[in-house]
Amino acid sequence: MRADYLAKRFGVFVLIVWLAATLNFFLPRLSGQDPVRVKLLQQAQLGGYVQTGIEAMVKEYEQRFGLDKPLWRQYLSYLRDVARLDFNYSIANYPRKVNEIIGEAIPWTVGLLGTTTLLSFGLGTFLGALLAWPRAPRWMRYLMPPLWALHAIPFFLLGLILIYLLAFRLNVFPMFGGYSPGAFPGLTLDFVGDVLKHSILPAASIVLVATGGWALAMRGMMVTTQGEDYVVFAEAKGLKSLTIFLRYCVRNAILPQSTALALALGQILSGAVLVEVIFGYPGVGTILFLAIRENDHFLIQGIVFTVVVALGLATFLLDAIYPLLDPRISYRRK
Amino acid sequence: MEQSATSSSPGTGTARSARLAGALRYLRRNPSLVVGIVLLSGLVLFVGIGHLLVDTSKARPLSAPGIRPPSLQYPFGTDRQGRNLLAVMVAGTPLTLRIGFIAGFLGVGIGSILGFVSAYYRGTVDTVIRGIADIGLTVPGLLVLIIIAVSIKEGLTVDQMAIIVASLAWLNPTRTIRAQVLSLRERGYVEVARLSGMSGPEIIFKELMPNLLPYLGATLVNAVSNAILASIGLEVLGLGPIESPTLGMTLYWVNYNAALINGWWWWWLAPIVIILIVFLGLFFLTVGLDEIANPRLRRTV
Amino acid sequence: MTADVLRVQGLTVHYHTPLGAVRAADNISFSLRGGERLGFAGESGSGKSTTALAILRLIKSPGRIEAGEVWLDDCNLLALSEEAMRQARLARIAMIPQGSMNSLNPVMRIKRQIADALTDHGTRLPRRQLEERARALLQSVGLRSEVVDMFPHELSGGMKQRACIAIAISLRPRVIIADEPTSALDVVARVQRELDASVILVGHDMGLMAQFVDRVGVMYAGKLVELSPVREIFTKPLHPYTQMLIATLPSLDQKGTFRGIPGLPPLLRDLPPGCAFHPRCPHAVERCRQEAPETREVRPNAWAACHLL
Repeated sequence: MRADYLAKRFGVFVLIVWLAATLNFFLPRLSGQDPVRVKLLQQAQLGGYVQTGIEAMVKEYEQRFGLDKPLWRQYLSYLRDVARLDFNYSIANYPRKVNEIIGEAIPWTVGLLGTTTLLSFGLGTFLGALLAWPRAPRWMRYLMPPLWALHAIPFFLLGLILIYLLAFRLNVFPMFGGYSPGAFPGLTLDFVGDVLKHSILPAASIVLVATGGWALAMRGMMVTTQGEDYVVFAEAKGLKSLTIFLRYCVRNAILPQSTALALALGQILSGAVLVEVIFGYPGVGTILFLAIRENDHFLIQGIVFTVVVALGLATFLLDAIYPLLDPRISYRRK
Repeated sequence: MEQSATSSSPGTGTARSARLAGALRYLRRNPSLVVGIVLLSGLVLFVGIGHLLVDTSKARPLSAPGIRPPSLQYPFGTDRQGRNLLAVMVAGTPLTLRIGFIAGFLGVGIGSILGFVSAYYRGTVDTVIRGIADIGLTVPGLLVLIIIAVSIKEGLTVDQMAIIVASLAWLNPTRTIRAQVLSLRERGYVEVARLSGMSGPEIIFKELMPNLLPYLGATLVNAVSNAILASIGLEVLGLGPIESPTLGMTLYWVNYNAALINGWWWWWLAPIVIILIVFLGLFFLTVGLDEIANPRLRRTV
Repeated sequence: MTADVLRVQGLTVHYHTPLGAVRAADNISFSLRGGERLGFAGESGSGKSTTALAILRLIKSPGRIEAGEVWLDDCNLLALSEEAMRQARLARIAMIPQGSMNSLNPVMRIKRQIADALTDHGTRLPRRQLEERARALLQSVGLRSEVVDMFPHELSGGMKQRACIAIAISLRPRVIIADEPTSALDVVARVQRELDASVILVGHDMGLMAQFVDRVGVMYAGKLVELSPVREIFTKPLHPYTQMLIATLPSLDQKGTFRGIPGLPPLLRDLPPGCAFHPRCPHAVERCRQEAPETREVRPNAWAACHLL
C-alpha cells in the first residue's frame, strides 16, 4: 500500500518534468516563428558579441535542431537533450554552457532558500503553537499584529526597505552581492564570514515575512485542533496541560501545516527570485534576471526547467515523508 | 413563539436604522475589515484627487527636469527620465490595480466554474480538474509567467499582462472553491433540495451560491492580491509593459538606475509606500471577509 | 444503595455570546447514590451534556459555571485548584464521551492513549508493564489485546467506544458519566458492577433509559423538571413535559398516527418568563406565565418542578 502511494507521487513528479520541458519547448514557438533563431540573428546583426561565435552558434543550432525537420522531430531531440541535462550554450555568455552557469548559481539559491525556509517554518510553527497555548505569557499577544502586518507584504519589498535602512543609511550590512568584490572564494573562515554577512539581509527579508505567515497558520490550526473531540476527551482523562498541548494539539496541527509547506514551495521560490534580484545575490534569480535582460533564451529555459524540476523533487520528497507523520495515509485504501 | 428584540417594527425608517446599527456593531467586532476598507478607500481617494490635481500626461518621460527631489512644484520629485513622479503614481496605481482586478476576476470566474463542476459532479471530471490544479500549483507561477512573457515580448500592454497573469490565476481559486463546495455539498440542505426535485443548476444557484458568497469574496480579494504580486514581479524583472508607468515598472527603473545607491530616495519611496498600502489593505480585507465567511474563526473573548 | 456519592447543588452554567447570555443549565440539583445509575434525558440543547461537562469542570469559554457546588464524597469539585481537579478527573470521576468517533487521538496508538492517562496520574511503571495493563483493560471491555498497537482509524465505531470505556475505568473511578453510549451499554453495565461505581447516563433515548437506569432526570430548556425512579417516569409521569414525552413513545400495542410534542424548544438565550415549558404546555395557567416553579418532592423520592402538582 505504501508503494502505491509513492509510485503515484513519483508519477506526478515525472509528469511535471515532462510538462515543464514540453511547455518550455512549445511556448516560445507559439508566436509562429522561432524566437530563439530570430534573436540569435538579431544579436549577430547587432555585432555586440563575438561575431564568429554567434555565427558558429547559429550554424550549430540549425544543424542540431534541423529547422527543416518536422516539429515532432525537433521536439524529440529536444527531449533527449533535456534528459541529458544539456541545455545548450548560453547566448549571452558564449562559449559557456547553460549548465555551467546554472550550476554555479544553484548552491547560492539552495543555501539561501533552504535555510530561510526551514528557519521561518520552524520558527513560525513554534511561535504559532505558543500563541495558541492558553498558558502563554501575556506579552506574546502583542507579537501578533506585527507578524500579521509583515506577512502581507512581498519579500522583495521588505528587502528594499532593509537595504535602505540597514545597508545604505546605517551601513551595518553590505548592500548587494554574495560576497565582497575581490574576495577570494574558498572555504576560509574569512570568505565564509563574508558570505554570511552578505546573506543576512536577503535572508532577513524572507524570514521576517514568511515566519509571520507560518505562525498565523499554525495558530489557526491549533485553535481548530483544540476544539476537536479528542482534545476534550484528553482533558476529561485528566492529562497534564503540557501533554495535551504537545501530543494532542501540536502533533495533530502540524499535519496540515506540513502539507501547506509542500504547497507553498512554489510561492516561496517566486518570492526568493525577486529578493535575489534586488540584492544582486548570485543565485538563480539574478542570473535569470540577467538572462531576461539579454534575451538569452537558452539560459532562461534552462533555469526555468531546472527550478521546476527541483521543486517537483522537493515536493515529492515532502510527500514521501508525510505518511511517517500521519498514520492514516498509508491505509487510505479503505 | 419567540420574539426577537430587534425585529423590524412597522415603518421602514426604524428597520433601516436598525440594520445600520447592526452593521456598525458588526464592524466594531471585525476591525480587520474596517482597516482594509479604510486603506483601500484612501488609495482610491488619492488616485481620484490626484487625477484632478495633476496632468497624467506628465507621467511620460521628458515631461519634467530629471532627478529633482520633492518640492512644491513636484510633490513627489522626478526621476531620471524626467517623469513627474506624482503623476506616475496617480496614473500607475490604477493601472496596476486594473491588472490585478482583471486577472483576479478572470481567475476567480474560471476557478469558480471549474471548482463547482469538479466538486458537484465528481468522478473523472473531478480527478482531471483537481489533477491539473494540483500540478499547476506545484510549479512556481512566476517562472511560468516569465516563460510566457518572454515568448511574447513584443510591446506588452497592460491588458495583455492581465491576461498572462490570469492564465495561472485560476489554479488556487479552483482548489479552494472546490473544497468549499465539497463541504457544503455534504450538508443536509443540499440533499433535501435534491430530493425535493431541484435540478443541478438550480441547486447551484439557489442553495449553494448564497452560502458561498462571502467565501467567494475572500477568494476574490486573495486572487487580486496574488495577481498584483505576480504582475509586479514580472515588471520588476523587466517583463512588463515598458511604456506604462505601473508601480512595478517604476521599481524596475529604480533598480535599473540604482536609485537606492544614488540616494534618490523619493523615487523608490512613493511606489513602495503605495504597494505597501495596496497589499496591507487587501490583506486586511481578506481577513475581514474570512471572518464573515467562517464565523468559527471569530475571536472568543 | 448507600450514601450519596455525588451531590450537585444549584449548578448554573451560562454561555456569554455577543448576542446575550445563554442559560445552558439553570440551578441543577440532584444526588447520586453509591452504585446507582442515574439517567438524564432531554432533547438537544436541554442542558444535559452541559451539566455533565460542568461536573467535570470542562466548560470552556465563552461558557462559565456561574454558581453551584458539586460534592464528590466530601469534596467540592468546583472549589478545587486546577491541578487538584485535573487529578480528580479519571481517577475519581471519569467520562465516556459521546459518539466516540473522534474522541481518540488519530496519531497515537491505543496503548499510548491508555498509558498517558496512567502516567499523568502518577503511575510510575516501565513501558512493558504499562502495555500489559493496557492489554488487560482492553480485554476487560471485550477487545482483543492486539488492539493495543492499533491506531484509532483501524477500529470500528463500537471498538472505539469500548476503548474509551477502557480508558475511563483504568483508574477505578467512583463516578462514571456516560454521554449517549449507544453501542456499548452492556459493557458499561458490567464495568459498573465490577467497580461498584455510580453511573450518570446522559441521553435522549427514553427506551435506553428504561433498560438501564434506576432513576431518570428529565431536562428541559436547561432546567431539571423531573427526577423520579424509572418505573414511575413511565407509569406515573409527573411533569407535563414528561407526560408528553412518554406519550410520544411508540409502543407495540397502540396503533395510530405518530405524534410529537407541538412547538419548538425555546431559545436558551431568550427564555419565556415563568415556567420555560408553558408555551407548549396544554395545562398552563396564568401562574405558569409569571412564576418559575420550584422543584419539590411531590412523592417520596420523586421530584418535579410544576405549579400544578
